[in-house]
Amino acid sequence: MTAAADARTGAHGRPRGRPSFLRGYFWLLAFLLYLPLVILFVFSVNANTSLTFPLKGFTLGWYEKLFASENLLHAVGNSMVVAVASSAVATVIGTMLALLLSRFEFRGKGLLTGLAILPLIVPYVVLAVALLILFHALGIQSSILTLVVGHAVVALPYTTLIVLARLVGSEVELEEAAMDLGATYPGALRLVVIPMAMPAIVSALITAFTVSFDEFAIALFLAGRDTTFPVYLFGQLRFANTLPVLIAAAVLLMVGTVALILSADRIRRR
Amino acid sequence: MSAGTEPVSGRVGRAPARPTDPPRRPPTNPRRWTFLGLSVPATLGLLAFLVAPLALMVSLSLHRELSPDLLGPFEPTLEQYQQAASVGNYWQILQTSALIAFVVALAATALAYPIAYFLAFRAGPRAGLYLILLLIPFWTSYLLRVMAWKLMLGNAGVINSTLTGLGIIDEPLKGLLFSRNTVVVTLVYVWIPFATLPLLAVLGRIDVRLHDAAADLFASPFQQFRRITLPLSLPGLAAAFLMVFIPTIGEYVTPLLVGGNAGIMYGNVIQDFFTRSGNWPLGSALSVVMVALTLTLVVVGLRVVQPRRLLGR
Repeated sequence: MTAAADARTGAHGRPRGRPSFLRGYFWLLAFLLYLPLVILFVFSVNANTSLTFPLKGFTLGWYEKLFASENLLHAVGNSMVVAVASSAVATVIGTMLALLLSRFEFRGKGLLTGLAILPLIVPYVVLAVALLILFHALGIQSSILTLVVGHAVVALPYTTLIVLARLVGSEVELEEAAMDLGATYPGALRLVVIPMAMPAIVSALITAFTVSFDEFAIALFLAGRDTTFPVYLFGQLRFANTLPVLIAAAVLLMVGTVALILSADRIRRR
Repeated sequence: MSAGTEPVSGRVGRAPARPTDPPRRPPTNPRRWTFLGLSVPATLGLLAFLVAPLALMVSLSLHRELSPDLLGPFEPTLEQYQQAASVGNYWQILQTSALIAFVVALAATALAYPIAYFLAFRAGPRAGLYLILLLIPFWTSYLLRVMAWKLMLGNAGVINSTLTGLGIIDEPLKGLLFSRNTVVVTLVYVWIPFATLPLLAVLGRIDVRLHDAAADLFASPFQQFRRITLPLSLPGLAAAFLMVFIPTIGEYVTPLLVGGNAGIMYGNVIQDFFTRSGNWPLGSALSVVMVALTLTLVVVGLRVVQPRRLLGR
């Protein structure tokens, strides 16, 4: 994308750096996008319980309190567990689907593709209540486990598409060569195809992790008593005096998420 | 290995290879075992946790009431659908939600277009960096960004407390929060970076020589845009619209946070039936209606977008 843009600037665009309406518009939007993040950060180090200007002075007290709040840490822990488990499941199934869709011809292929991306189309609230009905019918109580299922379902389209994009672009000659050299087909998959797709698989894993970690719409229905961080945050929004601690926690998690996303992007480009 | 010489895109053996079908003949082809090993768990997973829940939801919507035994036999009835059509204003709320999603998708696409244009044609070598800059906020917690706006717009929020603190106004400005407009504005704001992606995908592939040719034929910059750039970016515009419209129509979190009573959407009604009022069959019927509507729109939309064209094939 960047390279394409480079090539075209000379011919089509006006010289870079000159102020223009488009440039100004871009930076205005960027400002508006970052404003809430900056506000959150400022109030996470402001020595005042109420989130109002003028500021009362610098403090790291909210960050200290955060590590003393058991409920909060417990909720973050739950989010971690759910995100790790659901992203692992979604990545394994997604990789299997990507292999099927890229390396085999079979009847019902279109149907399988449709099913794999269906969670992108069905509204989250509907997916959540449908799973709620399933677990109710089976007599299963809502818990971390039911939420892992829910998050694995919504992350599946992402993992499938990320791995599929890599497998479709790769050459099948390599695995044919491996088999000419005596590898069985599963062996060729394990020794050639999977390692070749590994950057995409890791990227899929990280993407699924972040999808789950931030997810609220489904967690509200399926988490039961095991609140995750977004659900806990939502429940606490009413109580003004705990807000700065929550914001501090959110800032830390935000930094973590961004680092993860950037590394996923790096790995995928390799 | 016989499989090595077989074209990889060929059929798996000769068995009718539906994902769940057991092989009719003894497997002679090692690829078939791999196929089964991959397709059986993946298909079972999709059936158990995607197809079965949605099927159960449809079945529950045909129930008279929430029976403890959902899997047992029952007498199907359309009572819930009749209720949904006659009692309450669900149809009206669904229309409102569709309208909100339409406005949000249209606005987000329109506002994202200049951004994508800037990145594709004017940003120069730093376009990639600018794109990441734009996407980082999108990947931070949705709940928190909406909450931050709430902090800024609320009665005791940043804007009001600053204005009253400076003595510019005596009473806090009301109406910044808890209305349908707040929901629309918040959603547009949240979706703009996302809507930029499909637009950038089509704009980035436009051959610049077309512009040069048009310029040689004395087309003004505006004519170049209207006759070349805009028509070529139509698939991207449609894709961006759909990618915003689909998640927005089922939205319930944003109305919950900033909408108040005036800003509720169809998703909130469904949520209520499954949490507070506990009328699951009616909630299921309403969900089925929404899924049917969404799927119809997507099928129609895909006809227009033609994703293959978007991928440049």
